[in-house]
Amino acid sequence: MDNAGALAPINETLGEYSQLFMLLAAMVYGVVFIIFALDLAKTNKSISEMDSEALKRDEELLVSAGGAVGTKPRSRRGAAVRADNVGEHIVTDKMEYTQLSAKRPTARIAVVLMWLAAALHGGAVVSRAIAAHRVPWGNMYEFLSTGAFLVALVFLLVLIFKDLRFMGSFISGLVTLMLCGATIGFPTPVGHLVPALQSPWIVIHVSIAVLASALFAISFAMNVLQLVQHARMNRLAAGQDDKLPFMRVVPGAGALENFAYRINTIGFVMWTFTVIAGAIWAEAAWSRYWGWDPKEVWSFVIWVVYAGYLHARATGGWTGPRSAWLSIIGFLCVVFNFTIVNIFFDGLHSYAGV
Amino acid sequence: MAKQQRNSKGTGDAPALGFMGSMRWIWTQLTSMPTALFLLLLLAVAAVPGSIFPQRDANPESVAQYLEQHTTAGPWLDRFQMFEVYSSVWFSAIYILLFVSLIGCIIPRVKKHAKALRTPPPRTPVRLERLPQYSSHEILEGETDTPDDQQVIEDSFRILKKRGYRVERREDATGASVAAERGYTREIGNLLFHISLMGVLASAAIGGALGYTGQRVVVEGETFVNSLVAYDSFTPGTGFNADNLPPFAVTLDKFDIIFDRESKSHFGQPLDFTAHVKVRESPDAEPVKQELKVNHPLRISGGDVYLVGNGYAPVITVKDGNGNVSYSGPAVSIPQDSVYTSMFVLKVPDAEPSQLGFQGFLLPTALVDENGFGISGDPNAINPQLHLNSYFGDLGLDDGNPQNVFVLDTEKMEPLNSRDLDAGGIILEAGQTYELPDGKGSITFDDLKRFVALDINHDPGKLPIGIFSGLALIGLAVSLFTPRRRVWVKLKQENGKRSIEYALLARGEDPRLEREAAELQKIFDKAWPLASQEQNQGAVNG
Repeated sequence: MDNAGALAPINETLGEYSQLFMLLAAMVYGVVFIIFALDLAKTNKSISEMDSEALKRDEELLVSAGGAVGTKPRSRRGAAVRADNVGEHIVTDKMEYTQLSAKRPTARIAVVLMWLAAALHGGAVVSRAIAAHRVPWGNMYEFLSTGAFLVALVFLLVLIFKDLRFMGSFISGLVTLMLCGATIGFPTPVGHLVPALQSPWIVIHVSIAVLASALFAISFAMNVLQLVQHARMNRLAAGQDDKLPFMRVVPGAGALENFAYRINTIGFVMWTFTVIAGAIWAEAAWSRYWGWDPKEVWSFVIWVVYAGYLHARATGGWTGPRSAWLSIIGFLCVVFNFTIVNIFFDGLHSYAGV
Repeated sequence: MAKQQRNSKGTGDAPALGFMGSMRWIWTQLTSMPTALFLLLLLAVAAVPGSIFPQRDANPESVAQYLEQHTTAGPWLDRFQMFEVYSSVWFSAIYILLFVSLIGCIIPRVKKHAKALRTPPPRTPVRLERLPQYSSHEILEGETDTPDDQQVIEDSFRILKKRGYRVERREDATGASVAAERGYTREIGNLLFHISLMGVLASAAIGGALGYTGQRVVVEGETFVNSLVAYDSFTPGTGFNADNLPPFAVTLDKFDIIFDRESKSHFGQPLDFTAHVKVRESPDAEPVKQELKVNHPLRISGGDVYLVGNGYAPVITVKDGNGNVSYSGPAVSIPQDSVYTSMFVLKVPDAEPSQLGFQGFLLPTALVDENGFGISGDPNAINPQLHLNSYFGDLGLDDGNPQNVFVLDTEKMEPLNSRDLDAGGIILEAGQTYELPDGKGSITFDDLKRFVALDINHDPGKLPIGIFSGLALIGLAVSLFTPRRRVWVKLKQENGKRSIEYALLARGEDPRLEREAAELQKIFDKAWPLASQEQNQGAVNG
């Protein structure tokens, strides 16, 4: 019984190159993280510059229009900043790019570099898939590296349409962390899948699960910022000092909440699909569609928490910070399910490389 | 779990209502949204212990082991049903309450929506400008194609209808208008989702009651006939009659494993398990050759057969002290690691004058490590060896207590062979015979076969659960992504000028309402000669 060649041979050289590219991508993401952080740190200074520039533009507009009907000059630029309207010319509640928001040179460098990192990263993921002749998500190393790529890619794609650069340091930090986890924590040379994973469902079940997790990660960041922004607005409304001036490049709490909600609805539908697809696969592989395996338990817990989140939005007294907390707990469960449950809990979802 | 908010006055002001009143009050509380939300979150929390503690359903051995190791906490955890969380009283109570709450919520909503489906769009508000998405445009007169009032209303009616709105013309004191509403499927999707969830739960309960599940180990050459006596373990549903087992038979001709022989890093990892089987659907049917693989169960009517495990079964002959053959046949060994170092236990109760017991390891490819211990170097049987200790005496099988076949109880037995004794341990290669000391008999390692562990089950709930899950997913997507909105278009006469005004109103979450307003604006601009007037975004910036 030698290797009958049922599976195409592994290209180990390409696999090694893939790992090298993965490391390179991790390094560039690390740099991107630092630059995004610098952008936030610099914000204090740059915002005051932009404030004065915006004020000047408004004055010019006023003069050129001669106070004609049809222009609506706003006088709230400058020093007197309304609590609910902070930094509105830098980032709008619709999170769209404005003429002024485009002028964040540091952030722009970070975005360009992040595309570069994503290109390296994508190359690494694809070459791994080619080397193994299968989808690149069969063990912890691959979940982490492919998952990180999806997080980065989803973020960069949304970035084309919406100005979400305020989340740049969170996303690039998360991606760097995930890649470090993959390359340092679970280095796994490229290999074939064990028989239990040889199923078309791995393509569907795992990819949608990873994509849903990526969406939950993004909404998690927004909900955290929502809570910070909410507390800050309350402080400003009470006439206290603005301790977190960089939060001015972050949209208002309400806008964050609504955007996170939209992402979470998509994530929830995907997670529902993940659980159903997982049950169909489990029926074929393990002879039962549901067996309360630790991974199944936590997938259920995640599903219920996000279901609770969706219901909370429709329940009096549960909107705002409370529903944000549910979303945050939901994502912490996702992380728990992905890390602790995979590594420490005995169950059928034990993977090669752990 | 209504989407809309319900009136819940809190528990503080429970009035004196009499029995019926109290019951109604409890019902109102139970079906209220905050209660449903609370039960939902409680369900998430209640599910967690099942992932921390071993569960009897999946892993009875681990539970027994846990109870042995934790003599204080164990019984208490057991008392609170921590080892059968998902069938426990408290877990069941939560989800049953949740589903009662759900039913109490769904029924009035079905009625309400059935009524809404027959109700025309609501009357046109007198002051449209108060609505969030509002716009007003003068109709430019004097051009050849200036539409009359009738035409504008007709056009609005047609345009909105084409965009999927339910439309109604209106005529009242303030003028002619069109009222439109769309997105009725949002609520239908929502109801479909929740009803399908109940369908999933009901199907799971019914399917579990009418089905059965069992396990069986089959060695190469053996045949499994689907009958109660053939199972190693069997769990019928509460409503299943074991006499009704469909009499199919599965013969294992050969079991093949392909191991990775090319990769340096994953050398010896299994790549493929294939069981070559013959299946007979009924006693008088022709046997059909089939392949049974992981992820590809045999779908036989009345039972699905799954490949869930495999290992080696050495074929053994044991002669007792009187020279009679007291055991002959394959004995299943349990693989412990990736090179199939397998635990081997053989009890020979029929041996005379004293019963015999063997325990040790099967090494498929026997090597000797630096300490002189036998280890296995490869999962394939290149140089199979049995390394055994032997015992004689009383196997303890006669006191009626069920014993684990893979554990040898040596309490009432004397060792015959072991590394510590002069006789040493038994090392047998295939084909070899070993004479036990003191004329206790002999053991022969005749041959080595593979075995497969099969799960056989039947669950008539599987298909309905699949269908209900699919419906739930569709319903969920529809309810989350279908916007429900209203539009009013109104003709206005002011200072001899005619203008149209329109307004949009979202019902529930609708992040794209503004885009819809812009879209309508474009269409109206094409339909009529409109003055490009200031657009009032209403309450958004106002």
